[in-house]
Amino acid sequence: MSTLLASDLAVKRSWRSAKSHLMVSLMFLSFLVILVPLVFVIGTVVMKGAGIVFRDFPSWFTKSIPIQKRTRGPGMGPAVIGTLLITALASALAIPLGILGAVYLHEYGGQSRLARAVRFLSMVMTGVPSIVMGLFVYVVFTLRFGLSGLGGALALACLMLPVVIRSTEEMLRLVPEHLREASYALGTRKGRTITTVVLPAALPGVVSGCLLAVARAAGETAPLLFTIGVVTKTHWNVLSGPNTTLSYQIFQNASQVLPGPQERGWGAAFTLVGITFVFTVLARLVTAAYQKRR
Amino acid sequence: MTATLHSSPPDRSTLAHDLEGSGGTADRTFKGLSYAAGLVVLLVLGLIAYTMMSRSTQALGHMGVKFFTSRVWNPPAKDYGILSYIWGTVYTAFVALLLSVPISLGIALFITQVAPVWLRHVMTYVIDLLAVVPSVVFGLWGILVLAEHIKGLYGWLSRTFHGVPVLGSLFGSNPQGRSFFTAGIILAVMITPIVVSLSRSVIETTPAFEKEAALALGATRWEMIRGAVLPHSKGGLVGAVMLGLGRAMGETIAVALVIGSATGAITFNLLASGNSMPAVITAEWGEADSLKKSALIAMAMTLFVMTIVVNVAATAIVNRSMKKTRGGQ
Repeated sequence: MSTLLASDLAVKRSWRSAKSHLMVSLMFLSFLVILVPLVFVIGTVVMKGAGIVFRDFPSWFTKSIPIQKRTRGPGMGPAVIGTLLITALASALAIPLGILGAVYLHEYGGQSRLARAVRFLSMVMTGVPSIVMGLFVYVVFTLRFGLSGLGGALALACLMLPVVIRSTEEMLRLVPEHLREASYALGTRKGRTITTVVLPAALPGVVSGCLLAVARAAGETAPLLFTIGVVTKTHWNVLSGPNTTLSYQIFQNASQVLPGPQERGWGAAFTLVGITFVFTVLARLVTAAYQKRR
Repeated sequence: MTATLHSSPPDRSTLAHDLEGSGGTADRTFKGLSYAAGLVVLLVLGLIAYTMMSRSTQALGHMGVKFFTSRVWNPPAKDYGILSYIWGTVYTAFVALLLSVPISLGIALFITQVAPVWLRHVMTYVIDLLAVVPSVVFGLWGILVLAEHIKGLYGWLSRTFHGVPVLGSLFGSNPQGRSFFTAGIILAVMITPIVVSLSRSVIETTPAFEKEAALALGATRWEMIRGAVLPHSKGGLVGAVMLGLGRAMGETIAVALVIGSATGAITFNLLASGNSMPAVITAEWGEADSLKKSALIAMAMTLFVMTIVVNVAATAIVNRSMKKTRGGQ
């Protein structure tokens, strides 16, 4: 009797453990499934794009964009410059503001009603579709001041702001309270404590959060459609006059049938992915260096 | 030492918080600046709501309720009904969720419950990589590679399921490379990183003792996940999925390139071309007159309201379940 029961149990156990192994395998399989599009997308961009960029190596980055779309051959200089300038301007607007906003939330506001409202609304703002941001900036800025890199930068800054606020607040939360208390005990004022003790302690995390936000912004397209217009020659003045970016050029060339524009689309995609990856890898390195130091 | 302590003025010994009022212009300036920065969020969001509303009144006044209930979008005749675009937005987002959720949950469970530390790092890194690929690059790949090569599969699906009750209408006739399904696939890939990372943070709140208790009772790893982890994180996972839905509805460029830009399509046929609200705004903004611009802004406002409702509900669910978890410990 008892031997029967035991063997029953053994059968049951082996079935149960087989089921467990099956489920774990399915979980790992789902990871492999998501690898497929990632490898395909990156692989195609590198295979099709790298050839285009390196075939005309320096001139890809220096020459203007051909005025006739169907022309084959290089020239993404204006878009590279535009992407870098507009993203830099957006970062210059959003990062200081976002860090200060997070300082308000964590160091001054705490759980007060206003701080809770700001925290809630910055969450809401994270969910605003990028195209809505673009139309918003079009209405309040572009209608009055015309198409310009600045308009694009404003829209990107609106998208970056809540991201910077949230990641910075996370980092401020990790700064041990005793650091602040030690600083107060030395008679330091709160503002000075924040700028000389709290922020430096949180800096690596803040920097890596900001770099990720910058990478995200550099690839945005939708908000730029209404705000920056388009040019084919490099436009250095980011504050006024139409401009162009890599993302915009990819979007335009993607729906073209001829090989010339499609090639430029892949080349621009390779360049843009390269730029965003540099920022992401930088963010990783900063975090890694910080963890090692600890 | 004691002498200096005693000789210092009495307010020196109070907490720094109480000192804020006593001079220190720099200190107050810094405080003021950070308050102002916090208020910028309120200001921007308020301005967005105000400009969207004031700019859309022209079209809403012209169309009335028919703006939301009519599927006729015919700018030359000044007919602006956005129903088919709302359908396209919601339908593609749901297709994306159906494809992405099982995969995302599997990855999140594997990372948190199964993977050794080194593999966890590798997998997180790979998923993050997916999150930084720009949406326009997905769109470029979608239109030039995926939409071209998937036509064969679509044709096969359409022929195979012809006449089968439900599947026959899902995989209907006249399959297009640029379709609801292609848009759903691209969206699924794009929202997976966010659903994975949110699910992970929800799952990680499961107390270790509950998992250990399950294992001590002889549960296998899967039984431990089903008995301890999933019931614990159910609410939070629903929220994570809804945040993915919000992201999918607002996604613009990739969808605009692969959805096929067909007007008036309200169909369950996944293989048909359609359109979504952000895609229409992108495509038609350029040549729009003032009434049409107003209609497009009203469409953006509709999208704005829909995504915000989804996001706020999702965040409320996540927060409540996380709070409940923390309180339970």
